[in-house]
Amino acid sequence: MKQINNILEHFGSTIILCIRSFYYLPTLPRQWHRLIEHCYLIGYTTFPIVAILSFFIGSVLALQAGYSLEAVAAQDFIGALVGLSLARELAPVMTSILVAGRVGSAISAELATMKVYQEVDALVTMNIPPERMLVMPRLVAVLIMMPVLTICANLIGWVGGAVIAQNVDFIQLDTRIYFDGIRNFVTFRDIVDGLIKAEIFGFCIILISCNVGLRTVGGPREIGGSVTRAVVISLILILILDYFVTNALMKI
Amino acid sequence: MEIIERASIGLKVENFSKSYDSVKVLNDISIEVEPGEIFVIMGPSGSGKSVLLKHVAGLEIPNNGRILIDGKDISDPKTRTQVHMALIFQAGALFNSMSVFDNLALYPREHRLYNKKTLRGKVMKALETLSLEDAAEKFPSQLSGGMRKRVAIARALVMEPELILYDEPTSELDPTMGATISEIIADLRAEFGVTSLVVSHDRDLALTIADRVAILMDGDLLEVDTPENINKTENPRVKDFLNPVIDIKNPRFKKKEYSR
Ligand SMILES: Nc1ncnc2c1ncn2[C@@H]1O[C@H](COP(=O)(O)OP(=O)(O)OP(=O)(O)O)[C@@H](O)[C@H]1O
Ligand SMILES: [Mg+2]
Repeated sequence: MKQINNILEHFGSTIILCIRSFYYLPTLPRQWHRLIEHCYLIGYTTFPIVAILSFFIGSVLALQAGYSLEAVAAQDFIGALVGLSLARELAPVMTSILVAGRVGSAISAELATMKVYQEVDALVTMNIPPERMLVMPRLVAVLIMMPVLTICANLIGWVGGAVIAQNVDFIQLDTRIYFDGIRNFVTFRDIVDGLIKAEIFGFCIILISCNVGLRTVGGPREIGGSVTRAVVISLILILILDYFVTNALMKI
Repeated sequence: MEIIERASIGLKVENFSKSYDSVKVLNDISIEVEPGEIFVIMGPSGSGKSVLLKHVAGLEIPNNGRILIDGKDISDPKTRTQVHMALIFQAGALFNSMSVFDNLALYPREHRLYNKKTLRGKVMKALETLSLEDAAEKFPSQLSGGMRKRVAIARALVMEPELILYDEPTSELDPTMGATISEIIADLRAEFGVTSLVVSHDRDLALTIADRVAILMDGDLLEVDTPENINKTENPRVKDFLNPVIDIKNPRFKKKEYSR
């Protein structure tokens, strides 16, 4: 009973936080320096690991596809397979997981520390709503940066697949055929679907991390607990939402 | 925003009680602080003084009773925009990711009060008042405990509030700096009519600048009176609290009926 209560409370407070933060959206122009800072933290610092991961995911996809399609002599379709898997599923999901691990954890740790050491209370007494200063710029920043990161993940993953498809001896697929496959089978719609997914996941990650951080009470141990909780909730939510959002997007 | 001549505001605590998980911390407290008054609350450690201030600042919700600032209930979100009040936290509560200068400048910047030059002037003046000119570019983690306390006070001064709540403003400071803080509190009242609610163990502060002193013990207000009368009190607990005699032969902690 207490568990259910807890979950409902988390859920409700997250929604309230979301509404309150967007209420302060008009103050964005005078918080542009914060927006840029968070764009930098979310986008630029996460980019290297997104690049590395998507390169290797693209490569492995090409390798697996080449191995499996060899039997049916359908290796020309490697490009299509890698392209579609990345654009529709792997690029948005992997990017979101990395953002949850790298950015979500950092945000929940920072906000939890501010809460525990009364910095948030100080903001409230100064009549500066924490949602305005701490949450809203981060939400906008993630909405700006998720598509950028996901597109980069797509492109780098495709290149990773091309490199493997050309150079592994039992595939040796010409790069032109590989990219023709991508061009013929991956539609604009596939890319956009992926970006919508990334946008939804990224937004949820940052919102949850902020909420968990701001609800922390106690000391150092609770700060650690909040970070873990923020990341775990984010990861579970990404996977659950992934199913439903994909399903919904297919029906539109 | 234009600078308005601000009238002094009063503060009223009505039948306020608070308990944490069935542990009673404060019990039916009523206080009335007149506009422009300097009201000092003294009491032993753990008697609930910080809890009281947090509620007056509207950071927590009372179990019972209500708190009115300038006649407006602090639990109403609108009150915060109508009254200008600052709380100086016992632990400072500085923003650790900002330099001292930015800590002080945050309030005027967020509320867009001054242009750059005026802002710099106001911040530097507040820092000078508390002899912190050299610390402007430092970060809170690079400061001593007493410096942090002074930065917290300077941050409140920049806000130019009508009501300041001090949580042990002199506890970590040397005697001269403690005296300076007392002078600042008195001066703010004389010059701007600022109302002050001060929680302190500092007897000198209480006896020299306070208009009234309250003694808080075990969650109850024992006495509320002028400093002179408090000093002449007959209540043995208050007497012992204000003028503890250090008795090496018969120490307090070995007495059977030992209680603060
Ligand atoms: N968040 C909380 N949860 C549970 N108990 C609390 C909480 N905050 C304060 N208390 C309890 O309330 C009592 C009063 O605490 P408070 O911090 O107000 O003391 P104080 O009078 O300010 O003491 P000091 O002079 O040492 O600062 C203490 O017994 C403390 O344990
Ligand atoms: Mg205290």
